[in-house]
Amino acid sequence: MARILICDDEPNIVVSLEFLMRRQGHEVRVAGDGDAALAAVADFDPDLVLLDLMLPGRDGYEVCQALRADRNRTKILMLTAKGREAEITKGLAVGADDYVTKPFGTQDLVARVQRLLGAGP
Amino acid sequence: MVPAWVVVIVSLAYLGLLFGIAHHGDRRAAAGRSLISSGVVYALSLAVYATSWTYYGSVGRAATRGLEFLTIYLGPALAMACSAVVLQKMIRVSKRYRITSLSDFAAARFGNSRLLGGLVALIAVVGTVPYIALQLKAVSSTFRVVSGGPVSTAGVPPYADTALYVALVLALFAILFGTGHLDATERHEGMVAAIAFESVVKLVAFLAAGMYVTFGIFGGFADLFDRAAAAQVATEAVTIGGYGNWFWLIVLSAFAVLLLPRQFQIGVVENVDERHVRTASWLFPLYLLVINVFVLPIALAGLITLGPAVSPDTYVLALQQHSALALLVFIGGLSAATGMVIVETIALSTMVSNSLVMPLLLRPSTRGGADLAARGDLGRLVLRIRRVTILVVLLLGFGFFRISGDALGLVDMGLVSFAAVAQFAPALLGGLWWKGATRNGALAGLVAGIVLWAYTLLLPELAKTGWVPGSIVRDGPFGVALLRPQELFGLSGAGAVGNGVFWSLLVNVVLFVGVSLAGRRTPAETGHAALFVDIDRRTPGPGTRFYRGSVPVARLRDLLARFVGAEAATALVAGHGSRRSASLPDEAEAEPELVRQVETALTGAVGPAAARALVASVADEEPLGMAEVVELVGEAQHLRELDRLKDEFVATVTHELRTPLTSIRAFTEILRDNPDLPAEERGRYLEIMATETERLTRMVNQVLDLARLESGNAEWRLTSVDLGSVIDEAATATAQLFTDKRVELDVDVPAEPAVTEADRDGVMQVLLNLLSNAAKVSPSPGGRVRITLRTDDGTARIDVADDGPGVPPPDRELIFDRFRRGGAGGTGLGLAISRRIIEQFGGTLHVSDCGGDGRGATFTVGLPVPARRR
Repeated sequence: MARILICDDEPNIVVSLEFLMRRQGHEVRVAGDGDAALAAVADFDPDLVLLDLMLPGRDGYEVCQALRADRNRTKILMLTAKGREAEITKGLAVGADDYVTKPFGTQDLVARVQRLLGAGP
Repeated sequence: MVPAWVVVIVSLAYLGLLFGIAHHGDRRAAAGRSLISSGVVYALSLAVYATSWTYYGSVGRAATRGLEFLTIYLGPALAMACSAVVLQKMIRVSKRYRITSLSDFAAARFGNSRLLGGLVALIAVVGTVPYIALQLKAVSSTFRVVSGGPVSTAGVPPYADTALYVALVLALFAILFGTGHLDATERHEGMVAAIAFESVVKLVAFLAAGMYVTFGIFGGFADLFDRAAAAQVATEAVTIGGYGNWFWLIVLSAFAVLLLPRQFQIGVVENVDERHVRTASWLFPLYLLVINVFVLPIALAGLITLGPAVSPDTYVLALQQHSALALLVFIGGLSAATGMVIVETIALSTMVSNSLVMPLLLRPSTRGGADLAARGDLGRLVLRIRRVTILVVLLLGFGFFRISGDALGLVDMGLVSFAAVAQFAPALLGGLWWKGATRNGALAGLVAGIVLWAYTLLLPELAKTGWVPGSIVRDGPFGVALLRPQELFGLSGAGAVGNGVFWSLLVNVVLFVGVSLAGRRTPAETGHAALFVDIDRRTPGPGTRFYRGSVPVARLRDLLARFVGAEAATALVAGHGSRRSASLPDEAEAEPELVRQVETALTGAVGPAAARALVASVADEEPLGMAEVVELVGEAQHLRELDRLKDEFVATVTHELRTPLTSIRAFTEILRDNPDLPAEERGRYLEIMATETERLTRMVNQVLDLARLESGNAEWRLTSVDLGSVIDEAATATAQLFTDKRVELDVDVPAEPAVTEADRDGVMQVLLNLLSNAAKVSPSPGGRVRITLRTDDGTARIDVADDGPGVPPPDRELIFDRFRRGGAGGTGLGLAISRRIIEQFGGTLHVSDCGGDGRGATFTVGLPVPARRR
């Protein structure tokens, strides 16, 4: 049982992520952009953020950096639509713990989430 | 009869005149005042097609086979008159990519395939040497006729044969004017001027011969034909024997006029202005018509007065009774032969050096290749290779003629040569229009075609010389009649030539198409196919497609200097620097564009295969990557303008397409893995999947729409369109959307019609896009969208005003860019497409705010409304 923040601006993708996380018994909160995500982190204190990189306004990298600057223990799993080496490298460099590329396989995503949560703080 | 020494002196004087013309032509070219910049000269030089085969052989053919000789001129006349398009495309491709020979053309089309280039060069040499031999034979035998010697060369030692000296003088000519310098365009203006002059000489001489025979010996055409009828010699000549052959001979010669090495050299490489093709398309057929007018009369006259004891191939000359006229006719024949030999050997020398020798010498895998690439004087080496090639080819021709003796007829051996080069047609002509053609397809077709050619056409000719037992031709190998070369698999009725051409071309085409379809294209092949096929759709200039690597500027310049000289190389590199308004330091890494230019310049000098190898030898290259391939495919689909923004475009397209795909995949797997979901939830997810699938479809369609618009390939049906009625229809079509969003739509259209010239569906598409965007951005519920039509001073103005967040001024142009989203969802392509559609009809599309308070956006379509006649 964990708290999970979903941060993506595509409503239908959010619906699918919500379903997958709830199915695992997690508590879920949704943020539609980078600012909302940072606000939700402060308020909700999630164990893990599913973070899309291409967000309107403050993008995924900035959210990542902001979280890590606070020495936050939250795990970050980035979702990238591009799957390019440079983006993944950059994402991991600013503090993401793992990544999946869109379109993601649901079982793979769930397995990665569980693994990150199991790894402990 | 004319004394032999007179003939020799006049011949030498004639050749001296040719040297003078060529020298003058080269000097004028160097001074920038071209002697050959005219459609007439181009057409005349193309008439190098008419060799001594035409000059003497046509009469020989007419005397034995009747009107069939005409096919050899019908084909080219048709080809030139009807397919100037083909020649123009070949010229365009060759000029753009500095292609200077047939073999380079083949190699470049199929991804710089050295194997293919080498094969084409080899076939060209094998196929043309006998043809060159014929020209020498014609000169040699007519020399003896005019000087009263024996007709046969039997018993004449090689060193006493006129043909040897003719060959040597021609070699000298070809070397002087064909390999004088190494130049990126590989044009030889002096040589072309001399060839055009020769075309005039042979025409005048042949017409003089014909007129003398018709009006001097006989009393005009009527008298000649009457006496031929009385002597009963005309039966054969006026029957049109063996129709089966006709079709194939026309096909063959139509290919030959484009694909013989000398025709490619003159028609494509030496062409100075593409517009000359238009003049040639009527003048060249006319030339062929005129030079054939007297063929039949001369043949009949020969049959009547000389009879079959004299070789019909020498009738033209043997009929002349005045020595001055005989000498003129001999010179005409000499000009026909020398023109062909000169151009053919120059063309072959380029092929042999570019496609056979240089690629072998420059193989990067060998130590020798690297050493050679490091040598300073490669340009001189190339020239030396070409000079040696010219000499060797001519000596081979002489040798072939000496060994084959009198067994070969002019026309027969010429046709065998034609059939050899016709094997290039599927790959080269097909490859100009069919992008799916692959290197392996071309290789398979060419190899099979040439093997069948050798079996069905060359073998029977060789059997005539006694080199091959005649029984193979008569009874088939091992007595198997089905395999008889001239009636392969029992095919009869097409004649020996028709049989050979049919089988070789059939198998060639089938393998070319079949292997191409069955195989996969490499990235380089895909790229080169687009470069050739889409030549007219591509803008010349920046953008290298095949280079990924690094090389310092200095190394590149030094490499180029070895071929074109230090001055030209420095100029090219410096010119590149100044265009970028910065001088290039020697150690700077060369930009791909500079590398491309250097490679193109080298291609002109040594052919594409060697140029590629040379550049590769100085640069550390990486293999072609996925990004380049995506780019190439984009090009192939005519997304020309997208070149500049390719990276962004590819990235954004992938991103945009992945978004709906992500939802679809996620929900598909969710439904699969959770069969126990409540029906309501299932329904909701399926609904999302349907929506996202639609979105994906729409995006794909829009990408295709945009591609069509930007390539200019969209098809519009322009009619008079009443804008008021289109607005009403668009409002009706989007009514449901507005109702769902609880946004109000006001339509304000005046009663007075506003009629513009446009495609109704196109205008409709734009209005639907603007209205649905407006519905999306307006506040829900309670938003209001207003569409108005006003006509003022010849312009109709349609405003679509919403009360959404508006578009900030800096973004007001950006939103019409591809994939620059206005912020509120959508695929990002709609506005880009809309603007392009409206521009097609001479209109404009832009955005402003509503009433200047920054809230809401107004999209305005302006379309011209021509004043209506009352």
